Amino acid sequence: MEPLFENITNGDIILEFSYLLSAIFFVVGLKLLSHPETARRGNLWAAGGMLLAMVTTMVLHRDGGGSKIQTGNLAIILAAIALGGVVGAIIARRIKMTAMPQLVSFFNATGGAASALVALIEFSNPDNQSALVTLLGLVIGSIAFSGSMIAYGKLDGKVKDIFARWMTYVNLLILAGILFLLFYVLFGQMPPETKQILVYLLLAVSLVYGVSFVMPIGGADMPVVISLLNSLTGIAAAMAGFIYQNQAMILGGIFVGAAGMILTLLMCKAMNRSLINVIVGAFGGGAAGVDKEKGTVKEVSVNDAAVMLYYSSKVVIVPGYGLAVAQAQHVCNEMVKLLEANGVEVKFAIHPVAGRMPGHMNVLLAEADVSYDKLVEMDEINPQLPDTDVVLVIGANDVVNPAAEDDPSSPIYGMPIIRTHTAKNIIVMKRGMGKGYAAIENYLFFDDKTRMLFGNAKDSLQKLVTEIKNL
Amino acid sequence: MESILHFFYTNKEAIFIIALTIFLGLEVISNVPSVLHTPLMSGANAISGVIIIGGIILVGHADLSNLSDGGHLANLILGIFALLFGTLNVIGGFVVTDRMLEMFKKKKK
Repeated sequence: MEPLFENITNGDIILEFSYLLSAIFFVVGLKLLSHPETARRGNLWAAGGMLLAMVTTMVLHRDGGGSKIQTGNLAIILAAIALGGVVGAIIARRIKMTAMPQLVSFFNATGGAASALVALIEFSNPDNQSALVTLLGLVIGSIAFSGSMIAYGKLDGKVKDIFARWMTYVNLLILAGILFLLFYVLFGQMPPETKQILVYLLLAVSLVYGVSFVMPIGGADMPVVISLLNSLTGIAAAMAGFIYQNQAMILGGIFVGAAGMILTLLMCKAMNRSLINVIVGAFGGGAAGVDKEKGTVKEVSVNDAAVMLYYSSKVVIVPGYGLAVAQAQHVCNEMVKLLEANGVEVKFAIHPVAGRMPGHMNVLLAEADVSYDKLVEMDEINPQLPDTDVVLVIGANDVVNPAAEDDPSSPIYGMPIIRTHTAKNIIVMKRGMGKGYAAIENYLFFDDKTRMLFGNAKDSLQKLVTEIKNL
Repeated sequence: MESILHFFYTNKEAIFIIALTIFLGLEVISNVPSVLHTPLMSGANAISGVIIIGGIILVGHADLSNLSDGGHLANLILGIFALLFGTLNVIGGFVVTDRMLEMFKKKKK
């Protein structure tokens, strides 16, 4: 076939067409990812779209001068991809399921770094006409990178929360500084050398902002922040896409940016808080709340707990982060099987933000072979709780705190909770009387119907299993 | 100001598409069961590694014959790093998402 247009080869047309296909694959992939039955296929679709775009770019892409990618360059590209791919796959395969949120955050950081680097290099390229998007890509990519690294550090327990009122103002100041620099570089008259130095400065300030923006945000809000940073990485990739007028990058990036944003808002909704509130008003541990009549904490022996569970007709388990850190999901399922063998109906109540990431609990329990249909979402389980004989809370705290319903001064007031206090009996497994992630007193523990079983979740469950076997 | 208007005009098709893509993103994601939030976030994260295409273009058209020039070499090295990071994001992201979803699959029989 003869070329249709001057200076445009059939290869160019095939390349653009492959980008269109890739973009469609991304959309279909993400759509399939949002239903449990098709999720895995969806991931493959998206991966297929990515592979297609990568291969056609390597084979068909031509630069402004019309030349294709040379063999020498191709060798470097393939070597870099092979190295990155092997390392990425190994990390992804070996990581423990409990460390999943950190890992997603880490991968997000690498994506942000890649966008920032591409923008940094392209800024000095004289052929690049779009300084605005290049700088935006640089700023957003850097923020996503350093922010995600801090989020990674926090989730991994390497970085502690630091919060002070003044940090909010400092952050606003830094943000204003970034905007000022951005406009100054764009519109100011200066020699190229000065401009280049200002761009490095912009990079540095953006990196600092990523750190100072995530630093004060409390651990309980981490899922929201990761989702937000994820959205930013998508937008940064789209900005880089503008530099190359590359439709696959623009569409893929914006699509992920929009999807990430709506996911962020969905999570905020699950906690009944606004995004601004999450970002600016990090949970201050200081909010004391009304000093209610606390009552006393009543402990239960392993033996008694085993009897209570074994002779119930309906048990609901509320898992939280404590279950995850103790790696207790397998023992937990072992206990569930023993109970079910005795005719006890067992369900898991999953709060949307239980764990360190929404859906984190589901992934962990699925790993331990807990059947998918036993996992019940909050809204569905709450009406069933009043005729539940025993609710077993394993390492969850804030998501079962009745203060969210009846204490307007509580920082978590208004957050939907699993209404465990409406059940007939409650057993709370906990390491000690420490407060939860949000550092708020939990009145559930002082309830007359509540019994505490102190100890590491895995040990306690192991003991329960032994006791139940002996019954 | 003029450069912004200019940018809008030269990229008007892309901006149209973007506006529609945003709505598409919102539409596709709403009504997701919270069970799938983590895998979905992870999958979307892998897609944002599409920046890898930028890395390929960048390194692909780097002038290898002119590396004695410090600037070129530095750019090539930075470009290779961008490619490495992008690949980590893409491959790691898809593999880890698949691993999460594998577990759901097993139980769905």
